[in-house]
Amino acid sequence: MATTPRQATPDSSPRTWRRARLIETGRVARRSARRRSLALATLAILVLAVVLVPLLVRLDQQLVDLRAAGLPPSLAHPFGTDEVGRDVLLRSIYGLRVSLLVGLVAAVVSATIGGLVGLAAGAAGGPLDRLLMRVVDGVNSMPHLLLGIFIVALFAPSAIAVIVSVGVTHWTTAARIVRSEVLSLRGRPFIDAAVSGGSSRLRIVRRHFLPNLAPHLLLATVLMVPHAIWHETALSFLGLGLPAHLASLGNMINDGQRSLLAGDWWSSLFPGLLILTPTLAIHALAQHLRDRANPRRRSELAL
Amino acid sequence: MTWLRIVAWRLAFGVPLLLAVTFAMFALAKASPFDPVRQYLGERAMVTDPRIMAEIRANWGLDRPLVEQYTTWLGHLVRGDLGESRSLRLPVAQVIGERLGWTLLVVGCALVLMLAAGLAVGTLAAWRRDSWLDRLISGTAFANEAAPVFWIGLLAIWLFAVKLGWLPAGGLTDADSAAVTMPDLARHLVLPVAVLAFSQSSWLLLFVRESVIAVLREDFVTGARARGLRERTVLLRHALRSALLPFITIMGARVPELVTGAILVEAVFSWPGVAGTTIKAALAVDFPLLAALTLLATVAVLLGNLVADVAYTVADPRVRVLGVS
Repeated sequence: MATTPRQATPDSSPRTWRRARLIETGRVARRSARRRSLALATLAILVLAVVLVPLLVRLDQQLVDLRAAGLPPSLAHPFGTDEVGRDVLLRSIYGLRVSLLVGLVAAVVSATIGGLVGLAAGAAGGPLDRLLMRVVDGVNSMPHLLLGIFIVALFAPSAIAVIVSVGVTHWTTAARIVRSEVLSLRGRPFIDAAVSGGSSRLRIVRRHFLPNLAPHLLLATVLMVPHAIWHETALSFLGLGLPAHLASLGNMINDGQRSLLAGDWWSSLFPGLLILTPTLAIHALAQHLRDRANPRRRSELAL
Repeated sequence: MTWLRIVAWRLAFGVPLLLAVTFAMFALAKASPFDPVRQYLGERAMVTDPRIMAEIRANWGLDRPLVEQYTTWLGHLVRGDLGESRSLRLPVAQVIGERLGWTLLVVGCALVLMLAAGLAVGTLAAWRRDSWLDRLISGTAFANEAAPVFWIGLLAIWLFAVKLGWLPAGGLTDADSAAVTMPDLARHLVLPVAVLAFSQSSWLLLFVRESVIAVLREDFVTGARARGLRERTVLLRHALRSALLPFITIMGARVPELVTGAILVEAVFSWPGVAGTTIKAALAVDFPLLAALTLLATVAVLLGNLVADVAYTVADPRVRVLGVS
């Protein structure tokens, strides 16, 4: 007999099992590192394009060239041209610039509101905490897009209106995260020590709470950016976001709707891909940050 | 009767919430720089006598203070009168009544499709974990989560309506048909339902996958396998069933996303439902209609949470949800 029982069931040996697990861990770590580098590279390329291209090539938002209308992707126009002859690649980059900017500002606004509310609820406790958490529940039970539509409709559609509508509807996640962190911080010995040492409430918040909350707030803000971009593009797509002539990803998908029915797929496809790519990259990066911050609860979603 | 107490608790939370939401809507409308009378008259505002405009304003009660306007609206609402839509020139109740059914049809079909597909595909991915099939499924789900639903809708129109010509691109019926017939309606229903279900299914699929993977590691699953039960029985009867419990609550929490998805899908496919009407009302700054639709959506979300809570106590008698809410 050539096969020993041990070879027949390799899993039963503790050493083999441990080695297999080590290999597995290494594989997962390598894959995670690869994914992080890919996400970082993608974001870097997009950000560089958004910052540099407008410096090199100026886009005249109003210019149309009907002789070059509806050209499929080619060397001269890698993403093709839209129904009035505007280069889709250049407009997409300008659109991404607007979307990223609006998304970033809106994310910072909502994280600030959420951070303050969460800090107040967690630090004050008692009736104020309960009241604020009910407000959070209340805002959460409104469909965000609907609230956004409502705000934008009643005030003129503009970048400011979009930022406000995202800011006032999306702070609840940050508030929840910050509140639960503050609650867990409150029970730690070093806070007790600070209180016994005679620190004031304000000092505890500034010196002990905020530095410990910063990573969580940062993660919440980073994760909010794709959401805010989505929101901006959805509102623009519905005609309730940025002015129609301005190159924005939502406006471009909306414009592309007409040429799509004529079979010109490129003027809708590429702006959408530019929403998809940064979102995926940011999610991958956030997943990585979360794993670093909390390695024990590594999510299965990380694969 | 735990569920009775849950209903009471939810109502105690829901009624003040609805009051707060509606009052906030009125406050926002009051702060809005748009003059609804000018909006209503459009170009005729240029030639209309200011006295007539003042009369319209008085008719709508816009010259009265905020609280008075609000209580009047609330009083009408309690009596079932939602006011008149300013852009469609029809009673709001009639507008909603005509369109609500179409929205419910799309959302209902999408919900069923999404549940069936999400459960099946999620379990499959968990069972074949780390295989190329699993990678493909979870990768698609992640990308789908990041892709805007209106974009997916447009791509679906391009592929199935323009390129392949299998299905109509939008609307309720063909343009030349006078009445709504079943086969025609069914053909028009396919794309909106599929797109809504697809875009909403990725979180469910990922959730089911992760949940089933966790359960597959538990002792009772190993035990069931050791007793020689068929893999299908282990997977469906043991693993999937116990993986599903937390999912009921999450379903309830996802209703806002469903409303959002319905708004966008109806806009893309020009489906004549209430969700798409919201956008028309917003573009026309039609406050009575917009207010009623926002109220409707909030009620839908609250109902969703309530149903999820009750279903959870029915499914798992151990839970005492009261006070946790």
